[in-house]
Amino acid sequence: MSVEATAPVVEVEGATVRFGREAALDDVDFRLFAGEVHSLMGENGAGKSTLIKALTGALPLGAGEIRLSGEPVRMSSPVDAQRLGIRTVYQEIDLLPNLSVAENIALGREPRRFGGIDWRAMRERAAAVLAELGVDIDPGSLLGSHSLAVQQLVAIARAISADVKVLVLDEPTSSLDADEVAELFRVVRELKDRGVAILFVSHFLDQVYELCDRITVLRGGRLVGEYSTKELLRIDLVQKMLGRELAEVPIRRGEEPDPSSRVVIEAQGLTRGSRPRDADLRIHEGEVVGFAGLLGSGRTELARLLAGVDRPDAGRLLVDGRPASFPGPRRGIGMGLVYSSENRRTEGIIGELTVRENIVLAVQAQRGLFRLMSRARQRELADSWIDALGIKASSPEQLARELSGGNQQKVLIGRLLALAPRVLLLDEPTRGIDVGAKVEIQNLVAEMAANGVSVVFVSAELEEVLRVSSRVVVLRNGLLVADLPADEVASSALLALVMQPDDGT
Amino acid sequence: MSDVTTVRPLDAVAARVRRFTSRRASWIPVFAAVGILVALLVAGQVYFGNFVTPRVLSSLLLDNAYLLILAVGMTFVILTAGIDLSVGAVLAFTAMLGASLMAQGLPAALVIPVMLVGGALIGLFIGVLIQFFDVQPFIASLAGMFAARGLAFLVSLSSIKVEDPVILWLQSKLFYIDGWFLSPTGIIAILVVVAGALVLQFTRFGRTIYAIGGNEQSARLMGLPVVRTKLLAYVISGACAGLAGVVFTAYQGAGYPLNGLGTELDTIAAVVIGGTLLTGGSGFVLGSMIGVLVYGTIKTAISFLGAEQSWTRITIGILLLVFVVVQRAIVARSTRRR
Repeated sequence: MSVEATAPVVEVEGATVRFGREAALDDVDFRLFAGEVHSLMGENGAGKSTLIKALTGALPLGAGEIRLSGEPVRMSSPVDAQRLGIRTVYQEIDLLPNLSVAENIALGREPRRFGGIDWRAMRERAAAVLAELGVDIDPGSLLGSHSLAVQQLVAIARAISADVKVLVLDEPTSSLDADEVAELFRVVRELKDRGVAILFVSHFLDQVYELCDRITVLRGGRLVGEYSTKELLRIDLVQKMLGRELAEVPIRRGEEPDPSSRVVIEAQGLTRGSRPRDADLRIHEGEVVGFAGLLGSGRTELARLLAGVDRPDAGRLLVDGRPASFPGPRRGIGMGLVYSSENRRTEGIIGELTVRENIVLAVQAQRGLFRLMSRARQRELADSWIDALGIKASSPEQLARELSGGNQQKVLIGRLLALAPRVLLLDEPTRGIDVGAKVEIQNLVAEMAANGVSVVFVSAELEEVLRVSSRVVVLRNGLLVADLPADEVASSALLALVMQPDDGT
Repeated sequence: MSDVTTVRPLDAVAARVRRFTSRRASWIPVFAAVGILVALLVAGQVYFGNFVTPRVLSSLLLDNAYLLILAVGMTFVILTAGIDLSVGAVLAFTAMLGASLMAQGLPAALVIPVMLVGGALIGLFIGVLIQFFDVQPFIASLAGMFAARGLAFLVSLSSIKVEDPVILWLQSKLFYIDGWFLSPTGIIAILVVVAGALVLQFTRFGRTIYAIGGNEQSARLMGLPVVRTKLLAYVISGACAGLAGVVFTAYQGAGYPLNGLGTELDTIAAVVIGGTLLTGGSGFVLGSMIGVLVYGTIKTAISFLGAEQSWTRITIGILLLVFVVVQRAIVARSTRRR
C-alpha cells in the first residue's frame, strides 16, 4: 500500500524566502502524507530550518503556497499553525519547568468546572495522553523534576493532546541516549499508525534510516529531490546533501602519539559525586582522546573536571606533573586547558555579540579589562580565525546567533584556539550540526593534534569518536571502564562496552 | 514479622514524601516562612510572656491590612518575573486624591472606585511601557513611582484630613469575637488574599502568569495570551495599590503626600520572604500573606521591646538576605538536576 495513492496532507509549492538579496529558500516543493514519517535532509544553510519555520508559521513565505489538505492556508504565527493542527516539538524543549506535567500538556485549553480550572480532570486527561504514549509518570509532578527525555515526551504529549494532523520533530533526539531514542521512536511509530503526518529532522543518518519512509533533500535553498528511504543508499544521500562525492571529504584521524611524548595532564582518582568516580587518566601531548559513554555516564563531568571548570570532591589533577587545583575555569585557561561546553547556546556562543566579539572574548578576558585590545587587533584576530576555520559569516560583524549551528561551533573553537591552548576539551562539538560541518570539525581536531595540541573529544556518536580519536576511553555509570587504542576496536565492540550493564554494585 | 509491619508504613511515608517533593517543591519556601513566623511568635511569647494574645494577633492584621493588599498585587507582578516599584507612591497618590475629593464633599461610594481606577491606570501605564516600549520593569515602574509621587504632591503639599464616615468606619468598626477583633479593612485584605489565591490557582489567566514567569518565550509559543496577561498583572498591582490607598486612608484618617515612602520595598521584602522567587514562575499569594505577617510580627516585637523601629528594617533586611540566598540555592539545585 503506497501512501502516494492518497492526497498529501501538506503540500508546499514554489516556496521562496529571501533575507535581503540572499534566498534562504528558492522555489522549493514539498509534500507530506498522512501516516508517514518524512525526513528533511540537508547541510546547515540548505534551507531546512527556513522551510520548517514556514511550515510552522514562524516565518512568512515570500512567494509560493502552503496547502493543508488541499486548502491554501496563511499562517502569521505559530499559534495559527497550531490551530490548523500543525504542531512542533523543538530541539530546545520549550515547556515550562516550573509547572506540572499536566499543566504543560493542557496549558491554554485546560478543562474547567464552575468557571475554574478542574485540576483533577486535567491530571486525568494528562495521565490518559501519557498512557497512550506509554509514559508512566505522575502528571501532578513538576516538569522540571524529570529528565530531558521525559520532558521531550511530555512535549509530544502536548502536541498530540489536541487535534494534530502534522507533527514536526526538530532534532528531537540530540539530547537523548540510545534507550530514550528507542522509546521516542516507538511513540513516533504509534502516531504514524494513527495517521499523523510526521516530519522528522535529525542529523543522525542511522535514525533517519531506521524511522523514516521518505526523504526530501535540500541543498543551498533548493530542492534536490524527494526519495523513498528504501531506494536511496546512504552514500547517495550524503552525496546529494553535499553536492559532491564523499571521497572528496576524507576524514583524517589524529596521529598515534609517540608513547614517550610528554604527559600533559594526569588525573589521579578524580571523583565528583557519583560520576565520575575514581578516574585515572593520562593525556599526552598531541593526542586525541575520545570519551565514549551514554548520557549520564559521566563523560561530560569528567571533561569538566579535567578542564578545571568544576572542582573534584576527591582525587587530584596533575598538569605537567605538578598538582593543580582550580577555583574555576580561569586558572585552567591560564594553564592552557580549555573546555567547550555541550550546551552551545547557553554555555558557549553569545548570540547578541558579533562573530568578532565572540572570538576575541576569551583572549580579552585573559588579558584583563585594563589591557583592551585595539579594534584593529581584534579584527585581525577574528579574521585570521574566520579564515583558518572556514567560518561562513557575512562579515565578522554579523551577530553570532544568525549563524548556523556548525559555524557557531567553529566560532567557539576559534575563541578557544585563540588562547593557544595545550589541551582542548570539546564536549559534543558536532551535536546538531550537519554532515559537512561535522567532517570539517573532525578534520580540524586532527589538524590541531598534529600541531601538538591534545584534544579530548566527547561525543555520543561512537563512530565519530572512533574516527577522530587515537585513543578511546569508555565511561559507564561514572566509572572509567576501558582505555583502548582506537584502531583496535570496532564500533560494535565499543557499543557493547558502552552499553554493557553493570554487574553488582 | 515485625520487620514487615514497620517497613511498610515507612515506605509509604517515603513515597508520600517523594510525591510531595516532586509535585509541591515550590511550597517548601512557604513552609520555611511559616516556620520563621512560628519561631518568632514562640520566641516573643517566651520573652515577653504576653505576646501571643488575641489582641496582638488581631492588631497584626489591622495594622498591616494595606501591606497585605499591596503584597497580593506584587505577587502577581513578581510571578511574571517583573517588579513594581510604584506601589508605595500609588498608595500615596490615591490616598491624596481620595482625601481631597472627599474634602470637597463627594461620597465615599464614588471616591473609592475612583481611587481604584486611578491605581489601575498607573499600573496600565507601567504595563504599556514594559510591553510595548520594551522598558525594563524596574525602570518602567520607577517612572510610575515618580509620576505617582508627583501627582500626590500635585493634589496637595500638606496633609488632608478625612472625615467621611464610611471611610473611617472601615477602620474604626471592630467585630469582636472572644477577645479577637477584625475591622472591615482586615476583611477586605483577607478577601483580596482569597481572591488572589483563587485567581492564580484556578483561572487560565492565573496559570498564564506562572507560565510567563517560567519562560515567556515558551508561553508565547504555546499560544498563551502573554501581552494581555502581563498588562493585566500590572493593572492588578496598580488596583491593589489603589485599594491599599483606601485602607491606608482609613487607617490614618488622613491623606499625606509622603505616605508610603519605601513601602514598595517592604512589600517586595514580604513577598520574597513569603517564598516567591524574584526570577518568576514560583510562589503563592498565601506565602506573601505569611511574609506580611512575619514583617508585622517583627515590627510588633520591636515596639514591645521599646527599641527603635529602624531595627525592624534591619531585621527584615537580614531575613531577606537569608531568603534570597536560600532561593538561589534552590534554583541552582533544580537547574543542576536538569
